[in-house]
Amino acid sequence: MTGFLQIQAIEKRWGHDVTVGPISLDISRGEILALLGPSGSGKTTMLRLLAGFETADGGRIAVANEDVTPVPPAQRRFGMVFQHYALFPHLDVGQNVGFGLAGSRERGSVEAKVAAALALVDLRGYERRKVHELSGGQQQRVALARALAPEPRVLLLDEPLSNLDPALRERTRHELREVIKRVGITTVFVTHEQEEAFDLGDRIAVLNQGRLEQVGVPDELYEHPTNLFVATFVGRANVFRGRSARALGANGDGVLVVRPERLRFAQAGLPGIVRERRYIGAAAFFLIEGDDHERFEVLAEPDAAKVGARVYVEATRVIAL
Amino acid sequence: MTRRLRRSDLAAAALTLLLAWLVIYPILVVGVDAAHPTALTAFFTRPGEWAALWASVWISLVSVILAAAIGVPLAFLFEWFDFPGRKTLGALIALPVVLPPLVGVIAFLFLYGESGFIARAVQSVFHLQNAPWRLQGAAAILLVHAYSMYVYFYLFTRAGLAKLDVSMLEAAQALGADRRATLWRVIVPLLRPSLVGAAMLTFMTALGSFSAPYIFGGGFRVMTTQIVATKLNGDLPLAMVETVALALVAIAGLVILGRTEGDDILVALGKGIAPRPRPIRRASVRWLAAIAGWGLAVLLLLPHLTLGLVSLVPYGAWTTEILPPVINLENYRRLFSEAERLRPMWNSLWMAAASTAVAVALALAGGWLVVRRRVALRRAIEALLALPWALPGTVFAIALATTFSVHAPLRLRFVLVGTAVILPLAYLVRALPLTGRGVLAAYRQLDPSLEEAAASLGAGRWRTLGRVTLPQLRPGLAAGASLAFVAALGDIVASIVLYTYETRPVSIEILSSLRLSETGVAAAFGVVLMLVSAVVLGVGARR
Repeated sequence: MTGFLQIQAIEKRWGHDVTVGPISLDISRGEILALLGPSGSGKTTMLRLLAGFETADGGRIAVANEDVTPVPPAQRRFGMVFQHYALFPHLDVGQNVGFGLAGSRERGSVEAKVAAALALVDLRGYERRKVHELSGGQQQRVALARALAPEPRVLLLDEPLSNLDPALRERTRHELREVIKRVGITTVFVTHEQEEAFDLGDRIAVLNQGRLEQVGVPDELYEHPTNLFVATFVGRANVFRGRSARALGANGDGVLVVRPERLRFAQAGLPGIVRERRYIGAAAFFLIEGDDHERFEVLAEPDAAKVGARVYVEATRVIAL
Repeated sequence: MTRRLRRSDLAAAALTLLLAWLVIYPILVVGVDAAHPTALTAFFTRPGEWAALWASVWISLVSVILAAAIGVPLAFLFEWFDFPGRKTLGALIALPVVLPPLVGVIAFLFLYGESGFIARAVQSVFHLQNAPWRLQGAAAILLVHAYSMYVYFYLFTRAGLAKLDVSMLEAAQALGADRRATLWRVIVPLLRPSLVGAAMLTFMTALGSFSAPYIFGGGFRVMTTQIVATKLNGDLPLAMVETVALALVAIAGLVILGRTEGDDILVALGKGIAPRPRPIRRASVRWLAAIAGWGLAVLLLLPHLTLGLVSLVPYGAWTTEILPPVINLENYRRLFSEAERLRPMWNSLWMAAASTAVAVALALAGGWLVVRRRVALRRAIEALLALPWALPGTVFAIALATTFSVHAPLRLRFVLVGTAVILPLAYLVRALPLTGRGVLAAYRQLDPSLEEAAASLGAGRWRTLGRVTLPQLRPGLAAGASLAFVAALGDIVASIVLYTYETRPVSIEILSSLRLSETGVAAAFGVVLMLVSAVVLGVGARR
């Protein structure tokens, strides 16, 4: 089955040595895809290529089998929510949301569509409000309503939650997912936070230095990373090599990645000394220094070990790379 | 704490009174004295008065339209497109700023006037008996205004475009708006504050413009020249009525324009990243843009070059030739060796420096009281600092001439006219809005925690001021002070009403040189003013 939104070997070159892509991705109708990566990984470039703000140096983008690579942003019918929302400060909320409906003939239908879009984001009756009177969360929802009002084919979100304070972020994340799922629109969003990608995305594409490292559902990325970058970027990870890797059950010279919660204190295994204990409530992270001065973390019961104690550690599950 | 507050409130009261005495009191004196039955009757019955008032209004409005028509497209060209020579040209294009009004006008006279270069060239090419045209009347005034005032629109629009958030434009595109729709529905509304600001500045400058109508007006009178003519004829009561009429027009103009500015807060919510200049891809268009740009630069530079050339021609050496037959430094030698010619130079320099220094000191005191101490009188102080901007220079010249020609100490009126104090005082009044705006804006941007940090590190009040506050305020302060200094240096409006022979500034000397047909000396004075202005503005604009 081919995807609703197809990205085929898309590529963008900045100067002679910085390149994003070639990247290929298939996104099915109604799916939410997260582009996850550190800054400079090319995720924002990818989003801007999709929106049409950057022109690709190679490859193609297709929606429902229609090639949109040469289509300028104004005709592409991709909705976009900008990182800082880009709400027009000279227009009120209703005019902002109605901006993309200018083509519609009848005035009544514009008003109805604006009202419907605002209702969708739970801002019924906010048409006459000034943009700068709104809170950050409300501005974000207006930006979403504005992007959705013209009924775009694809929704793009650039770091949708980075402008909100942490207390608001988790709630907004769920509301956002709920609205997108209700509309059923195919969505691509950019984030550098793993938690956000896991929570909001159906699938996640991990980017690094302009390359696509891995695509998959959250469990897959966490439990079966295909390379060291994904293993360490997605979630906490201890990396073991050589003697210590073999002490945890590796055969050969491979690299072993073990999540902190997959290590536990035991009577035998990899030896080390507890250097630090970071208490987080339900559990504690123990920072261990091994005999070869390698350092790693164990997540365990708060009273599982004491700082300065010599301990042995064994792994309950390892990722061999 | 309470003692400190009481002391700053006292200082605020003193500053408010001083500013009111300088800025409002003379206007009130004129307003009261203008209620003079015969003068009022004369004003309302003579058709010439109404004609001059109307001329002032329409000349100012057309100046705004012309300046916008030139300045706005140029700003878009230089901010959004890249072509060969863009950076150099972009700096050159603000060149008219370094020409003080009177100097610009005489440069135009030498260049486009009936005996200027262009006219001579046309005359000799076509073997004409007389000069092909006369640079006179409304058209001449508008030409000078368009040349010197498009810079406001150019600079304001460029600043506005530079603040435009590129994501606004992208958002409009993503919502299906094409280029035209983006321009009219997003860019122009967002630029509105910049455009209105430029329109206000142009309108006020054109309304107060004196040099161009004075030199080129001929029989065509605007209110500023009418007032000075009436005053020089000795009809002071009528001059006061005219002054009040001009002041009322200025205020009405500001109120009407101010209303179109609206009260919207047009600040983008996020941090704005301005669009990068787009290279012009098509070679033919690139070259067209470059050629047009350099052609424009030459056009803009012609007055400066003309002035320089005329200043090198000794007295009487140039009669009918297209280009001068003799060129030497005789005029400059006379300028710097004859005591009678050096005097106006020193007069202008020290009076401009003194008025600027006092204006800076008052602005600093005002900034500290308004922004840091937030005294109860802060609105009054701010309004008083800004007020002289809202009224043409001629209004203040007449007001000061009236108020300070009477000895009445109990009414705070002293005889200052005829002394060396009156001109610096007049310059100071005109300088207050410039330094005040610069310092207040800089003070508002200054994070108070910087001063608190200095205090917590043990710095006393003066050390904090010298090591932290002033260096942080420096850009705004320098910009305001350099503008004030250059305005005072080139002033003609107040000078022509208030000068004495002993205190005559350069502008008056230029006029009298012109009257004696010593064009070379007048041009040499002009070049000196231009160079000093350029250096001072250059220093003031350094970050």
